[in-house]
Amino acid sequence: MAPMPTASSSDPADMNDAATAFLAGSADGGGFVQEHSLRHAPGPYFGSYGGRWMPESLIAALDELEETFEKAKVDPDFLAEIAELNKNYSGRPSLLTEAKRFSAHAGGARIFLKREDLNHTGSHKINNVLGQALLAKRMGKTRIIAETGAGQHGVASATAAALLGLECVVYMGAEDCRRQALNVARMQLLGATVVPVTNGSQTLKDAINDALRDWVANVESTHYLLGTVAGAHPFPAMVRFFHEVIGQEAREQILTQVGRLPDAVCACIGGGSNAIGLFHGFLDDDDVKMYGFEAGGDGIETGRHAATITLGKPGVLHGARSYVMQDDDGQTIESHSISAGLDYPGVGPEHAYLADLGRVRYEPIDDAEAMAAFKLLCQTEGIIPAIESAHALAGAMKVGQRLTEGESTPSDTIIIVNLSGRGDKDVETAAAWFGMLDEQGNVKGTMLSTRSAKGATTMDNNAEDATNE
Amino acid sequence: MSESLTPPADGAAFVSKSAAAIDRAKAAGRKALIAYLPAGFPDKQASINAAIAVARNGADIIEIGIPYSDPVMDGAVIQAATTQALAQGFHVADVFDVVAAVTAETDAAVLVMTYWNPVLRMGVDEFARRLAEAGGAGLITPDLIPDEASEWFAASEKYGLDRVFLVAPSSTPERVAMTVQASRGFVYAVSIMGVTGARSSVSNAAQAVVTAAQLAGAERVCVGLGVSKPEHVREIAAYADGVIVGTALVVALRDGGVPAVGALAKELSGGLSTTAPSTSSTTGV
Repeated sequence: MAPMPTASSSDPADMNDAATAFLAGSADGGGFVQEHSLRHAPGPYFGSYGGRWMPESLIAALDELEETFEKAKVDPDFLAEIAELNKNYSGRPSLLTEAKRFSAHAGGARIFLKREDLNHTGSHKINNVLGQALLAKRMGKTRIIAETGAGQHGVASATAAALLGLECVVYMGAEDCRRQALNVARMQLLGATVVPVTNGSQTLKDAINDALRDWVANVESTHYLLGTVAGAHPFPAMVRFFHEVIGQEAREQILTQVGRLPDAVCACIGGGSNAIGLFHGFLDDDDVKMYGFEAGGDGIETGRHAATITLGKPGVLHGARSYVMQDDDGQTIESHSISAGLDYPGVGPEHAYLADLGRVRYEPIDDAEAMAAFKLLCQTEGIIPAIESAHALAGAMKVGQRLTEGESTPSDTIIIVNLSGRGDKDVETAAAWFGMLDEQGNVKGTMLSTRSAKGATTMDNNAEDATNE
Repeated sequence: MSESLTPPADGAAFVSKSAAAIDRAKAAGRKALIAYLPAGFPDKQASINAAIAVARNGADIIEIGIPYSDPVMDGAVIQAATTQALAQGFHVADVFDVVAAVTAETDAAVLVMTYWNPVLRMGVDEFARRLAEAGGAGLITPDLIPDEASEWFAASEKYGLDRVFLVAPSSTPERVAMTVQASRGFVYAVSIMGVTGARSSVSNAAQAVVTAAQLAGAERVCVGLGVSKPEHVREIAAYADGVIVGTALVVALRDGGVPAVGALAKELSGGLSTTAPSTSSTTGV
């Protein structure tokens, strides 16, 4: 890149659109680029947000990454490689499933689920890690590092590293390691090294800090595979590019299934990668309303939440100017959410821009609302969603009720919700939330067999097992 | 932004306090010692006392760090110190008291080292005004590159403050030239690709970074990161205008209090004279 980060390529939008169409396997991806298109924003700036608030030591690596990415995204060989992996490894295109019984709880609006939960590794994260891992190889890097909160991005990164023969180190807050021990084991099974981070709040933001420290020291051999649309340029625009396939597919699928565009699209927002991927397909369709749902945690009035756009202020964190949860001194405030994937005090700069423009409306969904929607989807559709995605579902219920109010045929209203991940990882959290666990953390009613008697000291009510010993 | 990259560096009325401190050392036949200590560690008054002790034991420039929640360029020792300061209730505005106290008690130039978000939050102009009012020399900005610094250019011009940007072993010649031109006071040459922390030897990349900055026209280049022992200081003094020590001083302050950090400063500054024979002791940090 030229010394000035503003010096981005003159008009990459045309080529971008062809590339995205190719990525999505569509012959007709370039039909709606307008003069004032919001799509394919190239960075480094999104309005006054974005940029590179980074140590000089990393600027050369960011320049190298930007250059590699800009070449790759118009390189038919690279795009074919991505398309092949998306199809035959991740299992794309992901389905668009109408949630017919769930819809009754959204005012009768027809709810369609974009099934990113069905991708390999169980979430949208795979889209980005495959793309970035391929770029890492193009740059000749042999090692990738990643941060992870709940472990989804860490697992996805470890997966891509295994697939492409790269060394992988994942930074994970010590507190998150404890809460998500099974995901630590998954990453280790995939050959990755997991480093517990004991600095600061021992959660996602501190894992990013340590990953950045590693990157500064090992930048020659190492690519930092950032997991969301935050960070310094080119990460926000690049990570979005790899997720644009979500919106491309959803747009085609809804046109095929219903014959028209949706009235609204809904997604959850942590850093905002699944959301920007879905939104991108509809950004220039002015009649499509867009909603991003942030984690309201215990309720935004309690101060214990992760509603960064709703209550944060502009600042710089982890390399980009965006909304940040911060105190009057500019110190980052710890976020809180039942969903580890949304538990981040920052947000991608493009979302900050779309919020200020009013193109996307951002609202908080608290833990209780999300968990109610979680249970509802389980029991109306037979789909266990990630708790992150449950925030989008809860939001869609509200949006559906709002949009259908006073409408004689509410089923004329169509809403797409990004079901960004599956809930297998969240079963323990959900079981605890719904009171399904006993004091020892075991699922109630499951500890009656001989297995529990071994080593137990208070099983005198189980005399039969005791005599069998 | 490019127009703001070429501010009039030598306004007739402007005298860079850090450049003057480096030049005074040079006139005395030695290189400058630049000592980093975090504000508020181990507490506010002790951080003031420590900085004064260091200045009275040979430090020409004091670099007061603002504790920040997400210090990505710092290693474990400085993180632990600044985390403690924050936990004890440090506020950003406290740094102006520290700067004022050290400026009043010593001849050292006092720079503030800060990550950028605390400055943004207060407002760049307001921060600069208060820093100048406290007698501060300027800012060292580890996560602000000149490309993003238009507000800081304006404020530093308005209040006559130094802008110390970093150059790294990975910086391209174009970026070194741009950064040298944007800097005032001195250019901070990062000796190693990494974060702050004591290391057993000085990276041989350091001299190349200094040479690159000098070739780009830098009048004063100082080397930091990983510098902890008198032999490091001597080695760097052979080719740079000043030597920046942080972690080793923080360790001394943490473990031995104000007397220990003063003693270490004295020992380190002993390595800086271009004429004096070298001492053989090591500090054990």
